[in-house]
Amino acid sequence: MKIITVTNLHKFYQETEVEVKAVNGIDLSFEEGEFTAVVGPSGSGKTTLLNIIGGLDKPSSGEVIIDNVNINDLSSSRLIDFRMNNIGFVFQSYNLIPVLTAGENVEFIMHLQGRPKKERESRTRELLEAVGLGDRINSRPGKLSGGQQQRVAVARALASKPKFVLADEPTANLDSKSTENLLEIMEKLNREENISFIFSTHDARVVNKARRVIRVEDGKVISDETKELKK
Amino acid sequence: MKNYIIAWRNLWRNKRRTLITVSSIFFGVLIAIIMSSMQEGSYISMINNVVKFYSGYIQIHDKDYWENKTLYYSFQADDSLNLLVRETDGISMSSERLESFALASSGDKTQAVMVVGVEPEQENKITELSKWVVNGKFLEQGSRGILLARELAQNLDAGVGDTIVMLSQGYYGSNEADKFVVEGILNFPSPELNKRFCYMDIQRAREFYSADGMITSIVIMVSDYSDVSRVLKNIRSKLNPAYTAMSWDEMQPELVQMINGDRAGGLVMKAILYIIIGFGILGTIIMMIAERRKELAIMVAVGMQKYKLGIILFMETVYIGIIGVFSGIIVSIPMIIYFIHHPLPLTGSAAQAMTDMGIEPFMYFTAAPKIFTHQMITVFAITLLVSLYPLASALSLNIIKWMRN
Repeated sequence: MKIITVTNLHKFYQETEVEVKAVNGIDLSFEEGEFTAVVGPSGSGKTTLLNIIGGLDKPSSGEVIIDNVNINDLSSSRLIDFRMNNIGFVFQSYNLIPVLTAGENVEFIMHLQGRPKKERESRTRELLEAVGLGDRINSRPGKLSGGQQQRVAVARALASKPKFVLADEPTANLDSKSTENLLEIMEKLNREENISFIFSTHDARVVNKARRVIRVEDGKVISDETKELKK
Repeated sequence: MKNYIIAWRNLWRNKRRTLITVSSIFFGVLIAIIMSSMQEGSYISMINNVVKFYSGYIQIHDKDYWENKTLYYSFQADDSLNLLVRETDGISMSSERLESFALASSGDKTQAVMVVGVEPEQENKITELSKWVVNGKFLEQGSRGILLARELAQNLDAGVGDTIVMLSQGYYGSNEADKFVVEGILNFPSPELNKRFCYMDIQRAREFYSADGMITSIVIMVSDYSDVSRVLKNIRSKLNPAYTAMSWDEMQPELVQMINGDRAGGLVMKAILYIIIGFGILGTIIMMIAERRKELAIMVAVGMQKYKLGIILFMETVYIGIIGVFSGIIVSIPMIIYFIHHPLPLTGSAAQAMTDMGIEPFMYFTAAPKIFTHQMITVFAITLLVSLYPLASALSLNIIKWMRN
């Protein structure tokens, strides 16, 4: 089942006197349960593409339809709610809220969603255990390693029960062990809970794990391959 | 996680900066409270001095007396007026006076004097007149003699036991003259009073002016200074229109003007202080937002509405204000209580100037609630004004721009 459809997407920036075409006519669709990597060199437009799909940025033209909703038509306030209920985000530099504990960071979105306290607490525990951090529920981000923080960020992204997770270079700041660990967790969640993941990445290890690899250059899709997951 | 908890924790992310900002509010509030307490305490003392010295808090006169202070506008206090004074809630004391002018002579010296006929016992309760007697004795009810102010006595070359002659126009327009024995000399702190005042028993004054049963004013004291306007309103509502009731400030417009002028000067000082504090808070808030732009953008990206983010930032600003204000108030209370019991003595020319005005040379303090509430309201108003910045920042937040920060 298609969950995202991107049609004739363009995003232009005006930098001094030069117009930069960050996304230049992309058409894509994503199915439920995909584990996709968007790859390409720096400045190829992969982060911009993810930002537009995630409703963080507006396209210059084109459409992004998620679950039959054209997100460009949503008001700023409704778009925020839409993101909260449908999209999970994992960022390159973790971006946890430093004054909240790991548990509170995971619980944060559920709190915004107005979920009952019991449900919030049990899902928080469940998610942190799923990412192997059940014993660090009361630790603040400053007390966690980069890998641990990114695992908390994954748990946070899943807390709202999103339709898919957008992960922008999630392994860029991690060592190889933490990267392996994180990828295993995401892969497991994808396989067992059918959660779709879309990564932008440079990391060959992520590309190797991905079942679909979309190559982007100069704001255009130059290849879109689906492969069998390597065992 | 409740927004107020996030705001509270955010406040302590940079403890040193928060403490510096809170300290600036703390010291500002402390200084403003002490300054206001000293100003208002001194005003109350000045008013009390003036009121106790002469005017009382309220006076009742014939409606035309204040414009033309002559015996022609004296009156007899009838039963209804006495009842009104006796039964109005909040009046602690009252005393009748008959005041006019006369020419006083002793030997070959003559001088114009202000004659004040008083009920000695009542008057002494209100103005503590007896404490200014430096020679001789204070009046008693039915005394035939007079008290002369020091400089007046010197000018007339008269002392205790001497007789002076006074000449004036009586109530019916006839010439009146009589002899008076000096029973005592008064030494007022005020040079003006020392030059002109002569006190006698009110019955003796009535006899001298042929103004049987007449008075020119009823001087009224109230139990509580803050109650003056209520008591005055009550008196006015029931007073026969032939009379008028005046408050101390209506009778002493110069003092009111002086207090208002001084208060305005204090306000300017406090305004400067609070502007500095306001910019201090604003600087901190700008820094707090600038260094967290990315984090704030992430909060909105994952689903926090911008207005909720604005509320968190608003709370952070308010917390800073609350901590600063309350710590300032808490520390100021024991200091003010100490100064209330140990007023600061003035020295040198400042002390002399106050003594000359008939005011005790001390800086008095007050713990009137308004001293504290005004500072609280001012800092909260500043905080609210400053919090417009984080609110506006949150509402205009651009996720992509702020995430790139």
